[in-house]
Amino acid sequence: MSNVLVLAEQSHGKLKKATLSALTAGREVAKRSGGKVTALVLGKGAAQAAEELAGHGAEVKHADVPALEHYLAEAWAPVVAEVAQAAGATWVVAAATAFGKDLLPRAAARLGAAAATEVLALAGEGASVFLRRPMWAGNVIAEVELTTPVKAFTVRPTEFAPAPKAAGGSAAAVAVSPPAVQTRFVEFQEVKSERPELTEARVVVSGGRGTKGDFKEVEALADDLGAAVGASRAAVDAGWVPNDWQVGQTGKVVAPELYVAAGISGAIQHVAGMKGAKVIVAINKDPEAPIFQIADYGLVADLFKAIPELREKVKASK
Amino acid sequence: MPLKMLVTAKRVEDPESKIAVKADGSGIVTDGVNYKMNPFDEIAVEEALRLKEKHGGEVVVASIGGDKSMTEIRAALAMGADRGLLVKHEGALDPMVAAAILKVLVEQEKPDLVMLGKQSIDDDQNQTGQILAERLSWPQATFASKKESLESEAEQKKQPGLVLGGDGKRMQVVREVDGGVETVEVPLPAVVTVDLRLNKPRFASLPGIMKAKKKEVKELPAAGLGVDLSPKVVVRKLHAPPARQGGVKVADVAELYAKLHQEAKVI
Ligand SMILES: Cc1cc2nc3c(=O)[nH]c(=O)nc-3n(C[C@H](O)[C@H](O)[C@H](O)COP(=O)(O)OP(=O)(O)OC[C@H]3O[C@@H](n4cnc5c(N)ncnc54)[C@H](O)[C@@H]3O)c2cc1C
Ligand SMILES: Nc1ncnc2c1ncn2[C@@H]1O[C@H](COP(=O)(O)O)[C@@H](O)[C@H]1O
Repeated sequence: MSNVLVLAEQSHGKLKKATLSALTAGREVAKRSGGKVTALVLGKGAAQAAEELAGHGAEVKHADVPALEHYLAEAWAPVVAEVAQAAGATWVVAAATAFGKDLLPRAAARLGAAAATEVLALAGEGASVFLRRPMWAGNVIAEVELTTPVKAFTVRPTEFAPAPKAAGGSAAAVAVSPPAVQTRFVEFQEVKSERPELTEARVVVSGGRGTKGDFKEVEALADDLGAAVGASRAAVDAGWVPNDWQVGQTGKVVAPELYVAAGISGAIQHVAGMKGAKVIVAINKDPEAPIFQIADYGLVADLFKAIPELREKVKASK
Repeated sequence: MPLKMLVTAKRVEDPESKIAVKADGSGIVTDGVNYKMNPFDEIAVEEALRLKEKHGGEVVVASIGGDKSMTEIRAALAMGADRGLLVKHEGALDPMVAAAILKVLVEQEKPDLVMLGKQSIDDDQNQTGQILAERLSWPQATFASKKESLESEAEQKKQPGLVLGGDGKRMQVVREVDGGVETVEVPLPAVVTVDLRLNKPRFASLPGIMKAKKKEVKELPAAGLGVDLSPKVVVRKLHAPPARQGGVKVADVAELYAKLHQEAKVI
């Protein structure tokens, strides 16, 4: 039997949407290997988030002991391993968010499981499940096989549809051994935003070094379109915008319906994070900028002239 | 309290190089590709040097790879690291094996702090530090960053972003996570993996390069470490990603808007 444990992510009792993509991937594995899927929610608010996840047809276990109050990989990994073993899980799956990237390799190591990260798709046949994942900033797709008895992977949320709402789910508390933990959570400084989450937004407007630090137009266009704001590494490194706006190989991966890149040259490391967008618009002064090679609609223009004009058109149509 | 630090320096393809898959999917085309230290590892080396400048101690740099990985060790020594460890290993290496090898080095060297990059830019795994921490039963602080920007005064003064507690036994680490920045405190010894905004790595100076040539580098054959070297993440084949059709230019904003509205129907 090949049961699957899906690690859920939540904050203040609210489930993170990326979890639903991990659930979809977990179900694919279970279907092929003939096992069942259990999901695990830990930490403060776990019970509430477990109910939400159960609403997607999942059998959910939740636990909240004092040592789990704040997410810490060191505390959560042993609990994940314990629950995985009790559930007879031979696969452990999470979403490739900052949480999943931090936790899954550690939990897998505890289980002696080899892991693959940022999985794009499953391959192989029947119970022999191989995993497709990007390497070299997405220049290469590798098909990998995990050869340990227990296996683990994180999925790129943009590549697996979120599991829809469904009946038949359940949520129940599970008893766990309180982990010993040396790490201390000090604080979380949230970047507050009224805008949609970057990885979930239908439209993303991103700015790069070409903004010269002035993101006003980029942000205004985003707000007119109900979009999230992203950025290139150059803009983030300069301290113009928060770190967590970085799109790319080593930042966030987005796949919106529309991605607008303004003042971004289109380095491979940036493109790795946005080439899954349905429609790409590039606004750049330099007609030779590599971003134009992948843009569906390229406009050679000064962003400080073009964006206000575009905003006028958007407003006029409303 | 002086700090003994072990830092890793992996040899990877230069991020500026063009990467293409061989026709038979067995690997990448290496002709014309340059190699260098993994950019995240440069940040780890820089941070270790700043911590040493502030608190004293020693910076040991380790690399696992073929003979050529000596170049990356020398690069770290030229930046200012004290000595090197080259674990000689040809062929495939996965994060589990890398972590198992690093665990042996940690047991030999007994550092207070191990610093790695958050991810290798060739395999893009983002796993080795987390696995190592688990296997050592040490706390981990991944994706280390700092609150001040890379243009700040603190950065200009080359202050470390990792903050050592007054008793020298704890480290506060600011982490880049989704939706903001988190601060955690780990007792030492601990494993830290570093992210892009922790610091701007220094360039090696000419005297630094000269001195590096004389610094001690110990070579250890991987086979002698008592570690299972067979990869458990087996790459079956490589292929090129689907190409994206782009390249269409519009004349002006009016045309752009019309296309987005009427053709793509996205606004
Ligand atoms: C290890 C590593 C990881 C990396 N990870 C990432 C990552 O995750 N994400 C990422 O984005 N990058 C990443 N990078 C950096 C990447 O290689 C590029 O350096 C970066 O994306 C460049 O940002 P940019 O396009 O904003 O700046 P530039 O390359 O400087 O481009 C600025 C562009 O703006 C245009 N411009 C200037 N003024 C105007 C104007 N007024 N109107 C219109 N256009 C204008 C210019 O023509 C130019 O094309 C990484 C690099 C490394 C080494
Ligand atoms: N062969 C290696 N030699 C030295 N360090 C390595 C090696 N492989 C991985 N590392 C370290 O582990 C970090 C994360 O790598 P990865 O888990 O492969 O993405 C890298 O940034 C390096 O610091």
